[in-house]
Amino acid sequence: MEKKYGVYICKGCGIGEALNIDELTKDAARAAKIEPDAVRVHPVLCSPEGLELIKNDVKAGINTLTIGACSPRVKYEEFDFPGAITERVNLRELIAWSQEPKTEDTDMIATDYMRMGIIKTQKGELPEPNILQDLSKTILVVGGGISGLTAAIEAANVGYQVVLVEKEAELGGWAAELYKQTPMEYPYEKLEDPLVFSKVKEAESNPNIKIFKSSVVEKTDGQPGLFDVTIRKNGSSETIKVGAIIMAAGWKPYDASKLGHFGYGKPNVITSIQMEDMAKKGKIIRPSDGKEAKKVAFIQCAGSRDPNHLPYCSSFCCATSLKQAKYVREKNSDAIAMIFYKDIRTPGQTELFYKNMQNDPGVLLTKADVTGVSDAGNGNLFVEAENTLLGEKIRIEADLVVLAIGVVPATRAPQEYLDRLTEVSKKGDDAKKAYIESTPKPDFILNLQYRQGPEIPSLEDAYGFADSNFICFQYETRRTGIYAAGCVRQPMNVTDAQLDAAGTALKAIQAVEHIAKGIAVHPRAWDASFPDPLLIKCTACKRCTEECPFGAIDEDEKGIPFFKINRCRRCGTCMGACPERIVSFKDYSVDMIGSMIKSVEVPDEGFRIIVLACENDAYPALDSAGINKKRLNPSVRIIPVRCLGSTNLVWVADAFSRGIDGLILLGCKFGENYQCHFVKGSELADYRFSKVQETLSKLQLESDRCQLIQIAISDYDKLPEIIEGFVKKIEEVGPNPFKGF
Amino acid sequence: MTEGKTVLVVGGGMSGLTTAVEVAEAGYKVIIAEKTPYLGGRVAQLNKYFPKLCPPNCGLEINFKRIKNNADVSFYTLAEVEKISGQEGDFDVTLKINPRYVNDKCVGCNACAEACPVEMPNEFNFGLNKTKAAYIPHNQAFPFKYAIDGKHCKGASCAKCVEACKYDAIDLNMKPETININVGAIALATGWDLYDVTKLDNLGGGKIKNVITNMQMERLASPNGSTAGKILRPSDDKEAKNIAFVQCAGSRDENHLPYCSFICCMASLKQATYLREQYPDSKAQIFYIDIRTPGRYEQFYWKVKDDPNVTLTKGKVAKITEDPSSGDVIVEAEDILAGKKIKARFDMVVLAAGMVPSTKGSKISADISYTEDGFVKPSSLKKGIYAVGTLKSPVDVAKSVQDATGVAIKSIQSARR
Repeated sequence: MEKKYGVYICKGCGIGEALNIDELTKDAARAAKIEPDAVRVHPVLCSPEGLELIKNDVKAGINTLTIGACSPRVKYEEFDFPGAITERVNLRELIAWSQEPKTEDTDMIATDYMRMGIIKTQKGELPEPNILQDLSKTILVVGGGISGLTAAIEAANVGYQVVLVEKEAELGGWAAELYKQTPMEYPYEKLEDPLVFSKVKEAESNPNIKIFKSSVVEKTDGQPGLFDVTIRKNGSSETIKVGAIIMAAGWKPYDASKLGHFGYGKPNVITSIQMEDMAKKGKIIRPSDGKEAKKVAFIQCAGSRDPNHLPYCSSFCCATSLKQAKYVREKNSDAIAMIFYKDIRTPGQTELFYKNMQNDPGVLLTKADVTGVSDAGNGNLFVEAENTLLGEKIRIEADLVVLAIGVVPATRAPQEYLDRLTEVSKKGDDAKKAYIESTPKPDFILNLQYRQGPEIPSLEDAYGFADSNFICFQYETRRTGIYAAGCVRQPMNVTDAQLDAAGTALKAIQAVEHIAKGIAVHPRAWDASFPDPLLIKCTACKRCTEECPFGAIDEDEKGIPFFKINRCRRCGTCMGACPERIVSFKDYSVDMIGSMIKSVEVPDEGFRIIVLACENDAYPALDSAGINKKRLNPSVRIIPVRCLGSTNLVWVADAFSRGIDGLILLGCKFGENYQCHFVKGSELADYRFSKVQETLSKLQLESDRCQLIQIAISDYDKLPEIIEGFVKKIEEVGPNPFKGF
Repeated sequence: MTEGKTVLVVGGGMSGLTTAVEVAEAGYKVIIAEKTPYLGGRVAQLNKYFPKLCPPNCGLEINFKRIKNNADVSFYTLAEVEKISGQEGDFDVTLKINPRYVNDKCVGCNACAEACPVEMPNEFNFGLNKTKAAYIPHNQAFPFKYAIDGKHCKGASCAKCVEACKYDAIDLNMKPETININVGAIALATGWDLYDVTKLDNLGGGKIKNVITNMQMERLASPNGSTAGKILRPSDDKEAKNIAFVQCAGSRDENHLPYCSFICCMASLKQATYLREQYPDSKAQIFYIDIRTPGRYEQFYWKVKDDPNVTLTKGKVAKITEDPSSGDVIVEAEDILAGKKIKARFDMVVLAAGMVPSTKGSKISADISYTEDGFVKPSSLKKGIYAVGTLKSPVDVAKSVQDATGVAIKSIQSARR
């Protein structure tokens, strides 16, 4: 497209009063290489008349627009000109509302920002989607329990082809092992028959669902839209092509043999899983002598909520024990059930079931820290406990003890194996080899042929549960087009697992549909741009392949990266990582931001600070500071970036070689409670920055000149002060010695 | 594969927003009808989310960006559903759009609010302070557009805002509009209200100045709240450094709400961190029946519990009274595990008030059955109509999002019929 430039300046909302518009116009015209008369200045550009002006220009062939007005976060419908490159320069929030009006400093900010905006349009192109060929929209579901079945049925009911792989001979998973289910609907009184069997039937009779039983995924190669999945069944393998994957591999009960302190190993101490089996078969009996159990004790948190075992709550065990207490009572009205709990956790309306059970005089409940289970003779047991409602120390006799066993996600064993492998590999190839030879390999689930590893990465401190943003964007994983459903994400009951699985089915559909259009999935779910590396200049340093938070880049034997663009989320981390600066997007590149930095006019007197601000959180925070009329330091120039992960170190050189005095990277919190929408972006920027500071010291530039500051979108009230503090520090350090060279 | 009718989402809070953007990103058209002047609902009123202690506006910003970049989503604010008829795949819906008195020319400059002489209780801040009748709900509101409160505005006789607006954006003669739409599926996501704490006589709700609700605490701690984020007690703006949290204020109580409101334990633990972070010499005491932090929230509980200045006491609060001379609040409670009664003085008390489904008070104009507590009975819903999140049972944000995404696929299935 041959670019024809248009420049527009709005005088509304105080912009006209704050700035010398004539000078701004002249400077912008120079930058855009157009006549000053061609710059359109309007009192209210977002008004119908103002917009008409722009629309007429677009009709007349102007296709590259720089609009100096309000923040791009507002008036987005008004300033939308399809087919044109459009850059909004924020003269309102970042200048008119946050700077002293009519000063030389304020005018300099405006000319800098307009120039940067124009350069951005000069360096950028309209993205065109890269749509790969022979895409599949089939959805693979791994796991045929309640989550997997639900996901498969929901996707099939929208018309998608589904392949369901279950490693057991029958579908149903743990939900099929239940005698009854906890009440799921108001008034939460009656136990329900397991609903999974109707789901099994539904899945088996749905023509859109192809089921592989007694099968496992041997290998998953490729990328969303083009996954080649090899399924092994009875020793033979078959490879199918799928577009997206739902991983619903489920859970295992915690290893009860580790619960000797609760008496496990004694004949009359069983787990809640064994209890279901017994109830299904008929009577609640003591394994030791087959006599009907009359006094059944339930010990809650068997493994769960214990730092030595499972440091999380398994969510459904309280309701499960209440349900099993009902089994005891319904099967034998002489029998009593006693529940020893830390806290009874029946959140939401499940509370009504708890209340119903409390009304049964044969169900006794006490808060207790169970300290041990010992023999009481005749196969009976003493449950010993402290801090109870019945007294400080108690000992209660039971003839059967049921341990409310905790949930371990199926993802945990592979995760632990891989974590240890990574750890050991640091010691060298021999250690790695020895580990692989000596350690039994757990069942892997997806066996991804990804450079970054064979499974969905887990979060640190997530105990093997699949990665997720956890609050706002529940389904995000670091493997694009692959979503986790059910207890691999967190412990949940049958009802929640169905809701969860339905959600993943939708996400999988979005993935295949977006890929068919060549656009990204969450969070840049509109973005048609993609990283386009100039590989002839690649030095095979592997930084991009190592750093990509989504494992989107594999490499060949020589270490040359291979971008699997359907895995890419367009954060630009690869662009930031590349020391050769060969990764670019059509509308975002190292050269573009570098040129914007270089376009900042550096005065002989006074300071200039560049702020590279994450456009998702830091930039809106700066915007809000403006909306609240907070003063921003006038020596600062703000440049939004897609993610701090896209920050290339050459920008530091660009800035300092031009005499810029300081550089701030303003982005999201990282670490355990990370807030980065690309998971690792700000953390990687911090890592790279730590290296820069060494380089700066070598150049005899003070390392204080660079700082990464972690902020949240809500920190707008503190931001001006934070920036002020940095400027003060730079003033103490003094001007950049390269200034003027 | 993405052909189907439009989906209507009623409610633009976290559940509704999520349902809507998820539907749209799967390739279907969607309309949001939101009752208030802004999108974001209850979560926009929160300072931080548990357990990550991150600001809700962070996720909202992304969701708004998704809306801005997706032509398949449109929304109405100040909109109410008047009538729903028809069946799955073919519903006729009548929406009433209440007047905003501000049109699309609004630039968000605040001149109308400056000029407006009328003050009214700030509903967004749960009455903790006042706002003008020409107002924007909060400073990161979306859409970033002012509104004029019809109930409080003096109308044409005043019109100071009209004079002040340079952009011709105010129209005090605006009238309610009726819009008829045809949609294939309807997702109900009208959210929840806080339990009316004035019904909690023994706890001084609404009577003792320094007894506030958990949602008011959110507004006190929020940078865009009534005190710009300072935790100050309402009676005298003194720094509230010694705070009692009373769990199950209404919830799990046959006389009030028989169910558990799910979020209050995590919310109080979270609010204890607001306090502890703001004042190093502060103290929090949480009175509870059971601490309910299911799943991975347990880790969050441990972290807060490890702070020696946070005390957790198992026991129900019997009575709360005011010391009129100091404004302090006296809490009388039972410490069940120690087997004794406690009487203690606090700067302020936060009632962990329960969650009431919006359908308890205002029923949706469609044939739906409710539980005695006002929750929608999902099995009673007509095909093609779905309820999301807190309309079905009390849930937190994470579960609402999960449910909303699931409802999105259900809605699509119906819209394709």
